[in-house]
Amino acid sequence: MGDFTTEELLAIFAMQGFAGLSLFSVLLLMALGLAIIYGQMRVINMAHGEFMVIGAYTTYFISTLVVSQAPWFLDYYVFIAVPAAFLMAFIVGWIVEAVLIRHLYHRPLDTLLATWGLALIMQQAFRSIFGAREVSVRLPSWLQGSYQPTLMIDIPINGIAIMVLTLFVTAGVAWMMYRSRWGLRVRCTVSNREMSGAVGINTRSVDRLTFAVGCGIAGIAGAAFTTISSTGPTSGALYIVDTFLVVVFGGAGSLLGTMASAFSIAQGQSILEFFISGSMAKVLTLLVVIGILMLRPEGLFASKVRR
Amino acid sequence: MLEVSGLRVSYGQSEVIHGVDLSVKRNETVAVMGRNGMGKTTLFKTLIGILKGGAGSVKLDGQELVGLPSHARVAAGLAYVPQGRMIFPTLTVMENIQAGLETARTKAVPDEIFSLFPVLHEMRHRKGGNLSGGQQQQLAIARALVSDPKVLLLDEPTEGIQPSIIKEIAQTLNEIRRLREITILVSEQVLSFTLDIADRLLVLESGRLVHEVSRAECDADKISRYLSV
Repeated sequence: MGDFTTEELLAIFAMQGFAGLSLFSVLLLMALGLAIIYGQMRVINMAHGEFMVIGAYTTYFISTLVVSQAPWFLDYYVFIAVPAAFLMAFIVGWIVEAVLIRHLYHRPLDTLLATWGLALIMQQAFRSIFGAREVSVRLPSWLQGSYQPTLMIDIPINGIAIMVLTLFVTAGVAWMMYRSRWGLRVRCTVSNREMSGAVGINTRSVDRLTFAVGCGIAGIAGAAFTTISSTGPTSGALYIVDTFLVVVFGGAGSLLGTMASAFSIAQGQSILEFFISGSMAKVLTLLVVIGILMLRPEGLFASKVRR
Repeated sequence: MLEVSGLRVSYGQSEVIHGVDLSVKRNETVAVMGRNGMGKTTLFKTLIGILKGGAGSVKLDGQELVGLPSHARVAAGLAYVPQGRMIFPTLTVMENIQAGLETARTKAVPDEIFSLFPVLHEMRHRKGGNLSGGQQQQLAIARALVSDPKVLLLDEPTEGIQPSIIKEIAQTLNEIRRLREITILVSEQVLSFTLDIADRLLVLESGRLVHEVSRAECDADKISRYLSV
């Protein structure tokens, strides 16, 4: 690091730190959905990345439609695209649960295989519908460009937008989990499924709604993802490993843990990437995560109560 | 009120409950006594629908419950306090009680519950898992009561609870019976507690009901003989 002046170093940290925050946002949204689904029904959804891609393609579809049909709407379409991305992923998730997942609840290992197969099917479907080439959305003009607090620091506007979106979604999920009736049902089922039924909770319908909501949140992650990167049929596969890492590291079922672990993994990678190569940064992050998991097998923030 | 006839339950190939018939009238409290391993918990788990595949008939107010999932049985008017309490340890006391409101018409916890169990009001923001055994038992009963059940199933409510609290629980149960019309089916091994609350006693032995007596005619020695090893 000797070649940089202090001022340059500060700028690097600020910018890489901010890039890390954008990555953190996408990872957090992905991990939220995955953690909710895993916590509720112990299903490891290997196709979670593909639900993100559904959201991304939905955004792409709407943006191309707007560009060709209603160019005057270009500045505002994102406000439609984000809910639409959620809704598309939610609907597909609902159908997938009803057709595939619910038959496999007693066989958790088989869900791993089944959802992996589903991921392959979905990837091929994307390829057939949208083509193998990566596509990009037309960003509204107000999302382009960057904010320059000093001469050396560039902070992209779309990154800020993603963070604001993530903030809202996370707050929404936290509110739903801890204040809504659905959240109470989910937390009961996570705690003791048989007993939840015996106090009158219809656990089957909670499962379906939870799976669909988890997928819907991945769809929002996809909408956010299109603004910082281009979308291809296999984009989801790039994110799924990091997402699993976040969930395991944070302690499944802990919202706070998921946030803390998404933050540390994203920041670690983003800042390390600047000084060493991308793959070395991945290796280092992984080593640190494994080390911490050996000391705390339940993850960063496991809930402390007598069981 | 609750009519059970010809109930048979098996774990795989081995039958554990061999045709139990019992009926509990409105406002009556019936105790099922028996040593460990005689099938009390199996019977209760089958009644609430956690154990599936029982043959026979379970009717509540004429409605057939066999084949229904647990949540539908709760909606029909059953409530269940399991052996070992099984409160939700990661949820607060308040949330535990609210969980029981699933099938109730209002979603607010009735004040009556906290006057029955003042300690739960004190502890309402604590996590359920951090309560003592007796407090957890009260919480489990409160959680079952808020659904305003017609029939309350209590599986060994005194297990692992200190004697002074057992007295308290018996008083609370009698208080509940005074406050509202409720039918209680309770499984027990502690005779003194049972005599405090039950109108009628049944003895379950190796999956069969072998003895029935009303509290007035109850011969404590005879029941004790059934309960001793």
